[in-house]
Amino acid sequence: MTPSVIKLKVTDEDRRIAWLATAAVGLSLVDAAIPSPLPGVKPGLANIVTLVVLARYGWATAVWVSGLRVLAGSLLLGYFLAPGFFLSLTGTVFSLATLGLTRHLPARWFGPVSLSIFAAFAHIGGQLLLARLWLIPHDGVFLLTPVFSAAALVFGTINGLIATKLLNELPSQPEPARA
Amino acid sequence: MAWLALIKPGDWLVILLGTLVVGISFPLFWQGGLAERAVVRQNGQIFADLDLRAKRQLEVPGPLGQTLIAIEPGRARVVSDPGPRQYCVRQGWLMRPGEIAICAPNRVSLQITGRTKVYDSISY
Repeated sequence: MTPSVIKLKVTDEDRRIAWLATAAVGLSLVDAAIPSPLPGVKPGLANIVTLVVLARYGWATAVWVSGLRVLAGSLLLGYFLAPGFFLSLTGTVFSLATLGLTRHLPARWFGPVSLSIFAAFAHIGGQLLLARLWLIPHDGVFLLTPVFSAAALVFGTINGLIATKLLNELPSQPEPARA
Repeated sequence: MAWLALIKPGDWLVILLGTLVVGISFPLFWQGGLAERAVVRQNGQIFADLDLRAKRQLEVPGPLGQTLIAIEPGRARVVSDPGPRQYCVRQGWLMRPGEIAICAPNRVSLQITGRTKVYDSISY
């Protein structure tokens, strides 16, 4: 038998996605360490990375980075395939879909702050929907809507501002390939 | 402030829109106000209409026996019921307007009401 060697070609795009996803996973861990008064109310700092990636490298890269972040973050924090994983995944899918639509808004008028707020609302909307359909099949879940939407507005604005600042300060050159 | 300069005109619009959504969501989802009274019905007739301020217990007779209801400040529950499936007992404390525990076999129901009437469903 001849030993077969499968060689994967690693492109610069792959490296970039890996680096950015690492940054996002790191922020997820920070997020998880911040105590929260109510499960579900989290700053969602990793979304700053998503916003920056969306603005710099486009929607497809943002999807990759977010997807990897949800997967790796859940593995590191130990909730992979637990209900929290599916909530996280649903929120991410909804917010990425929203970002895919809202990124076509005229950039002259709408910055990352707008995108961040839209994404935050979509995120919590998707999660509430999943929770209602699957985890807690009772309309009582929606009693938390006002709290969640207020949190989405506040954290969405803050994350959007941080993303805007990062985009203004970081040079838009693609980073040199790292070995 | 330097941070404010980062917000574009459209962003302000979105923030305003978001604030509106949040503002509307509070009365929309938290309608009915606080739990104020508990209405106990026996066989469809109002058996007792109790204030949810004082602690007390109430025995309601039905075809199967006594249903025991407990009232506490801001909440009420069915403590025991002779019914076979115990659905109303297992519901636990009711504390929001519109919530209801129905002990159908014993024909007793316990409903929380607030200042405004809440519908549990609306058909057109």
